[in-house]
Amino acid sequence: MNKFSIYQYLLILVILTLGFIYALPNIYPTQPSIQVAYTDSGKSADQALLVELKDILSQSESEYDEIFLRENKIVVKFDDVNKQLASKTILQNALLDKVIIALNLEPSTPQWLKNLGGNPVKLGLDLSGGVHFLLEVDIDTAQLGRLELLLDSYRTTFKDERISYDKSSIKDLALFFQFSDKSSYNKALKKYKEDSPLINGVQYVITERPSSNTLLLEYSDIALREIRDYAVGQNLVTLRNRVNELGVSEPIVQRQGANRIVVELPGVQDPTAAKKIIGKTANLEFRLEANSRTSPLRKEKFNFKDNEFQTAFLEKAVVVSGDRVTNANTGFDESGFAQVNITLDMEGGRALQKATTGNIGRRLGVLFVEQKNKSELVTNDLGEKIIEQTSYIEKNIISLATVQAVLGTSFRITGVGSPAEASELALLLRAGALAAPMKFVEERTVGPSLGKENIELGIRSIVIGFSMVVLFMFFYYRVFGLAANFSLVINLVLITGIMSLLGATLTLPGIAGIVLTVGMAVDANVLIFSRIREELKEKDPQLAIKDGFSRAFVTIFDANVTTLIAALILYVIGTGPIKGFAITLSIGIVTSMFTAIMCTRGIVNLVYGNKNIKTLKI
Amino acid sequence: MDIRFRFMKFRKIAATISAAVLIVSILSLSFRGLNLGLDFSGGTLVEVTYDKPVSLESIRDNLSDNGYADSQVVNFGTNLDVLIKVADLDGNSSVGEDIFNILNSSESTIDLKRVEFVGPQVGEELRDQGGLGMLVALFMILLYVAFRFQYKFGLGAVAALGHDVIIILGCFSVFAWDFDLTVLAALLAVIGYSLNDTIVVSDRIRENFRTERVLEPLDMIDLSLNQTLSRTIITSLTTLLVLFALFFFGGELIKGFSLALILGVLVGTYSSIYVVANMLLSLNLTQEDLALPEPEGADFDHMP
Repeated sequence: MNKFSIYQYLLILVILTLGFIYALPNIYPTQPSIQVAYTDSGKSADQALLVELKDILSQSESEYDEIFLRENKIVVKFDDVNKQLASKTILQNALLDKVIIALNLEPSTPQWLKNLGGNPVKLGLDLSGGVHFLLEVDIDTAQLGRLELLLDSYRTTFKDERISYDKSSIKDLALFFQFSDKSSYNKALKKYKEDSPLINGVQYVITERPSSNTLLLEYSDIALREIRDYAVGQNLVTLRNRVNELGVSEPIVQRQGANRIVVELPGVQDPTAAKKIIGKTANLEFRLEANSRTSPLRKEKFNFKDNEFQTAFLEKAVVVSGDRVTNANTGFDESGFAQVNITLDMEGGRALQKATTGNIGRRLGVLFVEQKNKSELVTNDLGEKIIEQTSYIEKNIISLATVQAVLGTSFRITGVGSPAEASELALLLRAGALAAPMKFVEERTVGPSLGKENIELGIRSIVIGFSMVVLFMFFYYRVFGLAANFSLVINLVLITGIMSLLGATLTLPGIAGIVLTVGMAVDANVLIFSRIREELKEKDPQLAIKDGFSRAFVTIFDANVTTLIAALILYVIGTGPIKGFAITLSIGIVTSMFTAIMCTRGIVNLVYGNKNIKTLKI
Repeated sequence: MDIRFRFMKFRKIAATISAAVLIVSILSLSFRGLNLGLDFSGGTLVEVTYDKPVSLESIRDNLSDNGYADSQVVNFGTNLDVLIKVADLDGNSSVGEDIFNILNSSESTIDLKRVEFVGPQVGEELRDQGGLGMLVALFMILLYVAFRFQYKFGLGAVAALGHDVIIILGCFSVFAWDFDLTVLAALLAVIGYSLNDTIVVSDRIRENFRTERVLEPLDMIDLSLNQTLSRTIITSLTTLLVLFALFFFGGELIKGFSLALILGVLVGTYSSIYVVANMLLSLNLTQEDLALPEPEGADFDHMP
């Protein structure tokens, strides 16, 4: 009685081995390293760059451990932080704008472990230090932009098809047309209905007001969802580019919910600089300067960005906007002043060529478009004071230069100020345009010292809590206590292994989850042992062990399933740290069940199985 | 029968105490409310470390001179660590940097530990999500327990959980402790823990109702409680051991979390004895309720 078959032991052994292998990468220390990537995000690091870096490092006699190409980056590892920082400076000075260099801590996992897919657990921002941003995409503005285009296109269509209207505008995110007569009204309605069908529904919701010959056109829910998904998707791409420009080693840029984007930058220590680049919802518009022949209706007055007293009139028509820019970098002109070299895509190049042909000698203005937020205290319908945030758009001229020749896909802007200003402009140009403005709705910065402190405190409380439980179990249950303690150790190893394998992120609440699991994992063992004690009053030891385990199983199963329900709900509703807690708790519940039922039993069977025992100390 | 301690003799007293504490909790929650942490209230929080102790008064003065009159300034852990909370409601995300700059310009050197900004809308959403999560969790658990046991046990379990959650919330309200996201997580973990206890006790009650046909329901419950008593005490004890380790050594950030869990383990242990059993007795649990030709647990008996 109370013997496991060889297969049961094998199963335990296989799971334990896997657990150990995947937990193993966590005991190797991290190494200071740098990651080098080309500034032009379209270009991947290659063998040539590797050779170049090696040359620079050997010329300056910098010591490094290892240098290799990984995906689109080159990684250089060092044995101490000073060498890391020194080499970073040397490389940056030698290569300047050509590359982006990020500091990083590289795990020193051995190759054979990596080949098996072994990686250390990722640390959350609260442990590694860094910045977390939550940005909200302003869908209304994206929708408004679409509506303006739509208004323009229908005005043209109606003109072409001789549908006459008296008034046209955008009111409350709806297209408004008042037609001159019934027949125009009917023709327009027909037109709208023809344009509306989509594959999966309709694009427009049309409100008909035949009495006043007016039609209101709004986007349907399906069309709105499409606009939203497009805007968020476009902004994600742009944000990824901007984040790459920051040179952060393992950034996260992810959509969260319908219209929010999470940006996490581990290791970033200056949130202000990061925010400046990420939050800059800047765009550019290239417009010709208005001249004497431009009608007053077609021109607009703007201030200069660096001098608010200086103004100029630009045409209303935008020649090219910032999203046509494919590349931009800084350089110097013949007389040594900073300039920005710009490359446009084909469409942008054609538009600029068309606009500049016949306009040589006129000036081309570059408008810097920035979205700013303004908050106001207002009283709502219920009489409560609430905050209303409105965003407005500010456009300033950053450059107004004479067109020297017909411009195409590549050209340069001179007179952009200092080299630093030129490089910031180039950075913004490269990072591209956002499809819709965004605002920060949440920001969390954890300094590096706090991160380190959190890890230390977390580990300390695990060690202390764990030791107390282990001691208690040993003194209270003796041999069985030892079996339970062994299971507890296995449990910790398995949790670590599974988290590493899943690529789950460990956070401070996650550590708390592990500590809690240690406490609760004991429960399954205690349930079994108390049951065995009870059974011992009426049965002989072997039978008592057998029945103790099997009867406690039902209880353990029900109790754990219900706790698992609570943990899963936490995971679904939670974000960030709470998710981390839910993950470790769920993994802990599963592993503690396995260890109590399989491992503890295995050891007890090894010790007492098939033996003739008179008394059982428990 | 081995009934050492007559738990049910005190059921009326226990019910009175529970009711009284519940009433106080509900009153405090409805009149005082919770001292919502940054996660739910929105605003900005800055934590800095000074190189030498400074008076909080001087920091307050410095801040109010610079336009942050309504800031909360407290020590966080040691007297070198200072936590500044601004209930800045205009959703301005640069307050944190601003405060850091104001403090940094005065004579002592400071190290920025963290800045948190939560927009008003995000705070509101987190609040709603948390409440919803709690309700969904309770409902799912009710369903599971009703399905595995019997609806009277389901009601008993949910009553016990509601009792625990309200009392813990009540404590946070009465003592004006900060209620943030980690405390909410702890509360959900308490649901899990307390449920664990409840299930173990219910399981034994169910078993005894099926096997011991001679006893009155009251004695049956007392017997079950006595049988599970040693396990209840040991598990609570080990869990409390690790929780106290977390509370004393885990740092300031998870103090609230461990506090909520410590309360939860205490209240949860009590409720799985008195609330569930009381509930089952007042719902008139009879042997017929659980009479099955074959115990449900039989499916598992052959397993290790």
